[in-house]
Amino acid sequence: MATDPVLLGRPTDAELSDQLLSTAYRPMSRAWWFLFWIAMIGTISLVVGVTATVTTGIGLWGNNIPVAWGFGIINFVWWIGIGHAGTFISAILLLLEQKWRTSINRFAEGMTLFAVVQAGLFPILHLGRPWFAYWVIPYPSTMQVWPQFKSALPWDAAAIATYFTVSLLFWYTGLVPDLAAMRDRAPGRVRRIIYGVFALGWSGSAHSYRHYRVVYGLLAGLSTPLVVSVHSIVSSDFAITMVPGWHSTIFPPFFVAGAIFSGFAMVLTLMIPARSIFGLENVITLRHLDNIAKMLLVTSWILTYSYALEFFVTWYSGDEYDIHQFFEARPFGPWAWLFWTMLVCNVLVPQLFWFERARKSLTVLFFASFLVNLGMWAERFVIIVMGLQRDYLPSAWHVFIPTGVDWAIFLGTMGFFLLLFLLFLRFVPFVPVAEVKELAHELKHEEGH
Amino acid sequence: MRLGKGLLAEFETVDQLVRAAVELRKLGYRRLDAFTPYPVAAVERAIGLGRSHIPWIVFPCAMAGAAGAYLLQWWTNAVDYRLEVGGRPAHAPPAFVPITFEMGVLFAALSAVLALAVFSRLTTLWQPIFDVPGFERASVDRFFLAIDHADPAFDLELTAQRLHLLGAVRVELVGGGEP
Repeated sequence: MATDPVLLGRPTDAELSDQLLSTAYRPMSRAWWFLFWIAMIGTISLVVGVTATVTTGIGLWGNNIPVAWGFGIINFVWWIGIGHAGTFISAILLLLEQKWRTSINRFAEGMTLFAVVQAGLFPILHLGRPWFAYWVIPYPSTMQVWPQFKSALPWDAAAIATYFTVSLLFWYTGLVPDLAAMRDRAPGRVRRIIYGVFALGWSGSAHSYRHYRVVYGLLAGLSTPLVVSVHSIVSSDFAITMVPGWHSTIFPPFFVAGAIFSGFAMVLTLMIPARSIFGLENVITLRHLDNIAKMLLVTSWILTYSYALEFFVTWYSGDEYDIHQFFEARPFGPWAWLFWTMLVCNVLVPQLFWFERARKSLTVLFFASFLVNLGMWAERFVIIVMGLQRDYLPSAWHVFIPTGVDWAIFLGTMGFFLLLFLLFLRFVPFVPVAEVKELAHELKHEEGH
Repeated sequence: MRLGKGLLAEFETVDQLVRAAVELRKLGYRRLDAFTPYPVAAVERAIGLGRSHIPWIVFPCAMAGAAGAYLLQWWTNAVDYRLEVGGRPAHAPPAFVPITFEMGVLFAALSAVLALAVFSRLTTLWQPIFDVPGFERASVDRFFLAIDHADPAFDLELTAQRLHLLGAVRVELVGGGEP
């Protein structure tokens, strides 16, 4: 069976440099500016929402007792999950020597970083008094109090901080040769100096590359278990409690699969417009989109299996609180329509990708990926809110209603994410030039032999 | 190795560069460096470089990070400030695993990047080779071979001649003045 190429045509190294580096100094298109202003509006909404929360208090959110975890944690889990496809594409596919990752990896890594930034905001704001966030860090304070490491909160802090730092190092290490190329080609002295500083004096020496290749491989190897560990730790926030619907051993793998599922969907949502805006159809080919669609299909089946297993285990356990949660509260209780949205978007929609025509149609891919993002957000909502609003004592039941501040912050993070992403597209070569050239070189050698 | 003074030869393809480096090694040249737009393992072998030693630095750092994290959790939670919650043991190894693992990974990554920066002398923003006209194509589509003037087999005229014979498009002096 013939597969589509990962690189169209046989561009020379100079052509590749021209095409891929110029994304950072070509004037931006109207589409870019249009998105930029939307992103600015979103960012302003975020700033307003956060300011209101910090100055007035967490009471502005829809959280109540028993639903003490509302949008804050839903959005945290959703955003951090979105980040995971970036690391998956970059690290795991690098280790597996999947050549198709090359032209999309930096894009995906950028997505990871910016998603983790959004995710990190939520647990800090959710503390209620965010200015005490540093209390989860062990330092010899005058209060002589240490953090409680048997709680999930310090685990989260360690996991997210490590994930962000390692992703940043991985992304920057990959960028250094391209920043050097920017330094050598950027128009104008000012830009040359700025890129020169960020390129750290990289010369492309074989002595440096010898270490560089090892370090890049090492960072990939380190990021791989991080993907699994970070979301497993996030899921442990739930699994270590006794709330009906949370206390489940399937959570770590189930959350990791969901994270990769939503992350790949976000890659598609972002890549399809960026590819058109910057005219990169030759380096981000239909083969890439096809492979991502297949990943969506696979992870969707892992999720489907997990959903089925949750229902089965609940029924089999005979625990009446869990049975009520899964067979009454979720499908028929308040917010039941989100439960059904979750099933339709996460289970049914990806089944489209059995068909090659759907995997190669930009329109289908774009809308399906959007629905998957929606479905994954609904899943986080279902897990977090439904368990809490219908727990053990009916007298304590209380429905969760998000407030305007909740929405301002949630939609605001989308704007801020888009803003960071647009700036990234603007200032940095977002397709790894050195790696694409390396790929072109390898492909040429394969043909030669 | 940092090239101070010497000769720089430009090649059009990476294969020519590799062939030239292999030939020069046969002739007794030892202080070679190559500059390429992307990493090529064959180039590193051709100029006589072995595997990087960075993993030997990273592994102890990762272990130290993990051990430090575990000891810190044990000391603070089990010895210095015991919190009795729900009758759980103060020293709870399974609960200490996540942070221990994360810190191991964090220290490994930080040490790897730091070692790369030190070994490759990053943050030295300028070096003499950047002054060679046309060297900016090293990050685009040209492949350069450099021979340090401290090389035991170095001889300005003869080396330049040999480089031309081996297919160099042009040969330039690095570091200015007479090497």
